[in-house]
This record gives sequence, C-alpha cells and structure tokens, in this order.
Amino acid sequence: MKFKFNALAMACALATVSVSAHAVTEISWWHSMAGALGDRVNGLADEFNKSQTEFKVVPVYKGAYDEAMAAATAAYRAGNAPDILQVFEVGTATMMYSKGAIKPVSEVMKLAGEPFDPSAYVPAIGGYYAAPKGAGLLSLPFNSSTTVMFYNKDMFTKAGLDPNKPPVTWTELAADAAKLKASGAKCGYTTTWQSWVELESFSTWHNVEFASKNNGFDGLDTRLKFNSPLHVKHIENLANWAKQGLFTYAGRKDEATSKFYSGECGLLTGSSSSYADIAKNSKFKFGIATLPYYNDVPGAPQNTMIGGASLWVMGGKKTEDYKGVAKFFKFLSKPEVQAKWHQETGYLPTTLAAYDITRKSGFYDRNPGTDVPVKQMITKTTDKSRGIRLGNMPQIRTIIDEELENVWTGKITAKQALDTAVERGNLLLERFEKTNK
Amino acid sequence: MEKRARFKSAWLPYALVAPQIIVTLLFFVWPAVQAMYQSMLLQDAFGGYSEFVWFDNFRTLFADSNYLGSFKTTAVFSVLVAVLGLSLSLILAAFADRVAKGAAVYKTFLIWPYAVSPVVVGVLWMFMLSPTLGIVSHWLHYIGIDWNHVLNGRHAMILIVIAAVWKQVSYNFLFFLAGLQSIPKSLLEAAAIDGAGPVKRFATIVFPLLSPTTFFLLVVNIVYAFFDTFAIIEATTQGGPGKDTEILVYKVFNDGFKGGDLGGAAAQSVILMTIVIVLTVVQFKYVEKKVQYA
Repeated sequence: MKFKFNALAMACALATVSVSAHAVTEISWWHSMAGALGDRVNGLADEFNKSQTEFKVVPVYKGAYDEAMAAATAAYRAGNAPDILQVFEVGTATMMYSKGAIKPVSEVMKLAGEPFDPSAYVPAIGGYYAAPKGAGLLSLPFNSSTTVMFYNKDMFTKAGLDPNKPPVTWTELAADAAKLKASGAKCGYTTTWQSWVELESFSTWHNVEFASKNNGFDGLDTRLKFNSPLHVKHIENLANWAKQGLFTYAGRKDEATSKFYSGECGLLTGSSSSYADIAKNSKFKFGIATLPYYNDVPGAPQNTMIGGASLWVMGGKKTEDYKGVAKFFKFLSKPEVQAKWHQETGYLPTTLAAYDITRKSGFYDRNPGTDVPVKQMITKTTDKSRGIRLGNMPQIRTIIDEELENVWTGKITAKQALDTAVERGNLLLERFEKTNK
Repeated sequence: MEKRARFKSAWLPYALVAPQIIVTLLFFVWPAVQAMYQSMLLQDAFGGYSEFVWFDNFRTLFADSNYLGSFKTTAVFSVLVAVLGLSLSLILAAFADRVAKGAAVYKTFLIWPYAVSPVVVGVLWMFMLSPTLGIVSHWLHYIGIDWNHVLNGRHAMILIVIAAVWKQVSYNFLFFLAGLQSIPKSLLEAAAIDGAGPVKRFATIVFPLLSPTTFFLLVVNIVYAFFDTFAIIEATTQGGPGKDTEILVYKVFNDGFKGGDLGGAAAQSVILMTIVIVLTVVQFKYVEKKVQYA
C-alpha cells in the first residue's frame, strides 16, 4: 500500500530555486561545500555557464552532508527536489535503493546522447559508485578523499626518529608513539572519524570483509562482519595504547585535526582532504604517509576506502533538464577540470587522466606527499576492498562511535564492543532490507 | 455599575477565538495526528516504500535496552536543567531587584543569552571546556581536575546542563523579576517592622507570592529540557561518550533527520509527547495545589 507523505514539516524545502528564465534551462545543484570549497564550486558553475548559452547551473549550499541529504529527501517528497544532489559516500546505499528518486548517471548520459566511459575513473572510485552487474555508473564521482597518515617531522626529529621514515605498520606506529611520548609530546597518535579509519578503511586496506555479500555490494541481505579476530585485535591494541597514553581519542568527527596542527599529537590518521587545513595551520614540517597495516595479514596492504561525496541526479525531471545535467557532467569529467579541482582542494583526482595531467605538471614534486592518497587508491581493488555499501550507514557509524567510546573509557572490552555493534547494526540492516524489498 | 462590556452578538466570541483555534489546529493538533499516523509506518527515506505496520516501531523501540537507558538520561538531564535553571535565575532576579544603580545594565546582560541560538551556545561552551584548547578546562587543570567531556560521561552531562541552563536562565530571570516587582512593598515593609529579616521575608512572603510564576516556569523548563535542547547536544557531544548524553529528543532528531528513519523517529516523538503530557497533567494536579494565586 502506498501513502503519500504530507509535506508540512518539510516546508523548508520550498526554498528550492526553480524559477526559470525564458530560454535558459536552469539546473539546480545542492551541495555541501562551504568556505573555500564553496567558492570553487561556484567557480565551476560559472565556468560551465559561460561556456554555453542553453543551460544555467545554479549551485545552492544546503548545509553539511547529512543536512543537505535530509533537505533533499524532504524536497523530493514535496515534489521540489533539485536536479543534482551531492551525497556523502555513506549515503550511497540509501540513494541507490530509493526507486524512482534517482536517475543513474549512465542513463542520463545515454538519454542526452553524451558519450560517457565509466572506465575512465580510478577503479576504487568508479567501482564504489558503479551499478551492480556492470550497468554503468549510478552517480558521478566528484570529491573523493581517502584515509592517510600525517606525521609531524619536527617532533620526529626531537624524539630521535628519522623524519623521512614514517611508521609503516601498526607495531611501528606504537613504537614511534612511545618515543614521541618519551620526548615530551603530550600525545603520540590520534585519529579523526574512528569508524572510517579504524574499521572501514582498515578492512579494505587488509582485504577483509567489513560486511558480508562483499560489503553489501552484492545484495541487501548483507550482515556486518567487523567483529573478526583481526578487527578485535586492532581495537584491543588501540585500547591498550590508549591506556598507555600512546593513543588519544579526540572525538567522533575531525576534532583530532586540531590536535595535530597545534603540535600536540605527532601522528594523525584521517582524510586526505585535511591536507589544506593542516598546511594552512601548522607551523612545522609535516609528512603524508600511507595508513599503517599489520604485515602478518595476507593481502595487506590492499587499497584504502574512499570518503567524500558524489553527485546524484534526481528522478522525475524533464528530458530537457537531464540534457543540461549531462552537459554539465561532461564538463566536470574533463581531465583539465578534474585536475584543477584535485590540485586546488586536496581531493583525489577521480579520473586517471586527471592524475596523469597533475603528475606531468610536476604538482606532486612541488607538493611532496600529495600523491600518497592517489597511489593508495589506484591499486587494483578486490571484491572485498571496493568499498562499503550498506543501508542506514550513518546510523551504523553512530553505533560504532558509541561502542568504541565505551572501549576507550574502559567500560567494556574490544570484543564486547564489536560484538554489540555488529548486533545493533544488523538490526538496522534488517530494517533497511525490509523497507527496500 | 457594571464595568464589563457585554456583546449581544452570537458569532463575535467565536470569531475572536478563531485565530487561536486555527493556529493550534494547524501547528499542534494536525502535526501531532500526523506524527501518530507516521509512527505506524515503515518507510524508506524518500517515501518510495511505505507499509502500515501498526505498533512494530514501538515494539522495536522498547526491545532496545539503549532506548530504555535514554529515559534515565533524560530524567537526570531535565531535572538538573529545571532545578538549576530555576534556582539560579531566582537568585539573580532577587539581586537584580535590589540594585538601585545601573539596574538596566545588569538586566540587559542577564537577558542577552536568550537571543543566542542553542547551537551557538553549545559551541561556545564546548570551546571554553575543550580538553585541549579550552580556557575553563585550562583553569580546571590547575585545581587538579582533568576535564575531558569527550571521554568522561559525567563531564559531558555537566557540559550540556551548563549550556542548556545558561540559555534558559535569561527567560526565567525575566519572569522572576517581573514577579518580584509586582509584590506589594507594603507587605515587605510591614514584615520588616515586625522584625522579620531578609531571609525570613523571602521565605514567608516573597516566595509564596512568586509561586504562580515558579510553577509556570517549572512547566516551561521541563518542556524546554525535553524538546529544545537537541541542538546543544548535536553541537557538543552528539549523545556521547557512549550513550551518556543521549536524551530522548536527540535520538528523535538523530534517527529521523540524520538517519532517515521517519517511522521510528515519529514513534519516539509520540512517546515523548505522551511523557510531557503526563508530566504536565501531574504538575497541574499535584504541584499546582501548592500554588497560591493572589
């Protein structure tokens, strides 16, 4: 039975810009890029608008990722959805299973008769947003980041460590953190986004499943599996390091970044897109290195997980609108445009061509370390490392945050926490399965 | 001679109350009915799939021990916010009532926080108490308190209570001050002549006369703690560490708006609404008996 949703609480969604001028078709684009990134997004739209006269892309900042997505779901129910919506990676499953609400990018391109080659994308990125059974791309990869490690070279020197030799394995990281502490550092190692770094990316990096059915890629009846002995061992290690003062927990989001650039912590794992922030705020030399791994795990290191967001096309629009969207996406996919976006923002180049342009221009030589995330991602992906695509993923992350915090405070053991998180998360997956039959 | 105006018209009284009724229907009754209906739906975020499941959402909630735990958290939080908020603002109002010089300046400063949005209030206190950068946590460190609301549940609770109270004190203060100023001076003077000291005068005359105001504020503050504080929590602790600061309304916001689970969130808000209705009824039935309307 279908019920039409009532739009009362969603009145805010009426703010959609949909007034169109005479001949020009307006394409609305809701995004979550604030500050300098927002300026860059406006720049992209301007550049596109000047390049032709038929369409006009209107970017609208709609708050943080989760806020923009909530606004768009409400707007869709009220019949006012934007043409293009930027959605964070954990919202992917919600978008792809919402029948009718979205139109796959490959279909849009086909409809508009624009040539489009999904294989031009970096495999780890293209694969993440690919439709099942090789039916093209669901959304357009736009701003992708991944997990890397930053380290403070000055603090390394002070602690008697080689500033050009960042730790490669977790064991080395613990030893280095201990030396940093011994040399008077307030904190050795810290991390942002613990679920993403210590469990999600950790899984793909070690080529172990985070969830069954290839992390949800192969069906809705997927269940969480991040309570394997390897995962438990890692969280146990972190808990021990926390007890010894080597690992400091700073918060659920990116609070740890400020602990790094204030010189408090010598080692930080987090998003490659923190680069701009760290470069701007730190008064010391820092290096970028790959995420640590356990060298006794076969297949490690594989590739890290992507973060960031992609662009989704909303369903139920006029053909004319889709033609405009396709034109704009073609513009965004141009290697030069991609390369410029990558260099200016610290996000990954999403196409291999954009990576080549950037490499040949000498950008990586001028900005050492900026190619680490790219190299981490360009490695061939496996079915277990393509990414994680689960329904209700934002809520599952919250559950993981809650349970891990109980480990850091010493209330429960790593095993108990991961078992409980898996159990609670599976209830959400069942619920998602039910609503998306 | 009777002063009261009399209207012969049959429809005028209805017309006069109509705006109020319409507003109530439109902004309270209708959404409430909608929420009850939605609480029995299982939907995906975009509303493409929708199934009527009767009380399944409620059953899921009450089978979740974490949800039951957040009742206790909510009780602790709202009692602290109401009690601290009311007593602090009563003290401030009593002082402001006594000052002769510069009273307007004090009042302005005390009313100021009310104009600040809850998110800003949360962020402000979070910065002052941030374990690394915060100025207050820096002072606390000197007196031997290692402040860390990121990992210490009690600290996190104190943080959100401080932020919630700080914002609400202004509102309470306004009402208390108005109440204090409407107490007849002659009563207090008579008591003073009879030899009653300031404390005795406050306890036996001022406070009883303030009881209608206090009662009203008690209801308002409980409702505030229950419904208006999710922004503070979102900006500071996000319900953590663990689930130590996850109050009911924050879970509604988190599941509904961030998780896209509208059925579950609607069920929670129906429960929340029921609790507040019951609390209000209890307050009016039992606490109000102690109130003396002049």
